[in-house]
Amino acid sequence: MANFDQELDACGLNCPLPILRTKKALTAMNAGQVLHVIATDPGSVKDIPVFAKQTGNTLLESSEIEGKYHYLIQKS
Amino acid sequence: MSENKSLAIIATKGSLDWAYPPFILASTAAALGYDVQIFFTFYGLNLVRRKLDLRISPLGNPAMPMPFPVPTVVQALPGMEYIMTAMMERKIKDKGVASIEELRDLCIEAEVKLVACQMTVDLFDYSHDDFLPCVEYGGAASFLDFAGNSDICLYI
Repeated sequence: MANFDQELDACGLNCPLPILRTKKALTAMNAGQVLHVIATDPGSVKDIPVFAKQTGNTLLESSEIEGKYHYLIQKS
Repeated sequence: MSENKSLAIIATKGSLDWAYPPFILASTAAALGYDVQIFFTFYGLNLVRRKLDLRISPLGNPAMPMPFPVPTVVQALPGMEYIMTAMMERKIKDKGVASIEELRDLCIEAEVKLVACQMTVDLFDYSHDDFLPCVEYGGAASFLDFAGNSDICLYI
């Protein structure tokens, strides 16, 4: 995983909480900063990219490591 | 007119299970930048009361998954609704699903507009004090005014 400014642990949370927590975390961040989201909700695999697209933020990276989903989102 | 997309929902049901679709869609849409309005009418009014007391009943819902087969006549026994509600609440917690209180708070925080149907408020002898202070009151015309310009309109 590349560098990030803030981390959000959304493990154990189910739809739509990972998205809502991500939104909240990004709101408090500055443009250009990167948020690292960790989730266990398999729904996040489709939902996080859509969230990023619709909100105009950039999904830099997504990966699955040992059953956990990792996302790097850069605030626009 | 705002440039944002918008979502209009009519929420007509007041049970624990049916409380989820409107609040999940509304909070998620708000997070995606939508303008959202929910119009609560009939039993849906139960979802905007100050003190939530949402229950679930297996009666009339043969699709509800049960841990073991329960004959319909047993489902009708006193206390069954209470037991089913407690079981569902535990399941919700165990699976990391948000509570309705949490989703409702997130909706309010995200400025989802909550509108209660004044006609059904009167019909059921509710008073405005029974509802959250952020609730607005309106009728069919005010809902249609928003819904008519919405991108997505749902009846739940």
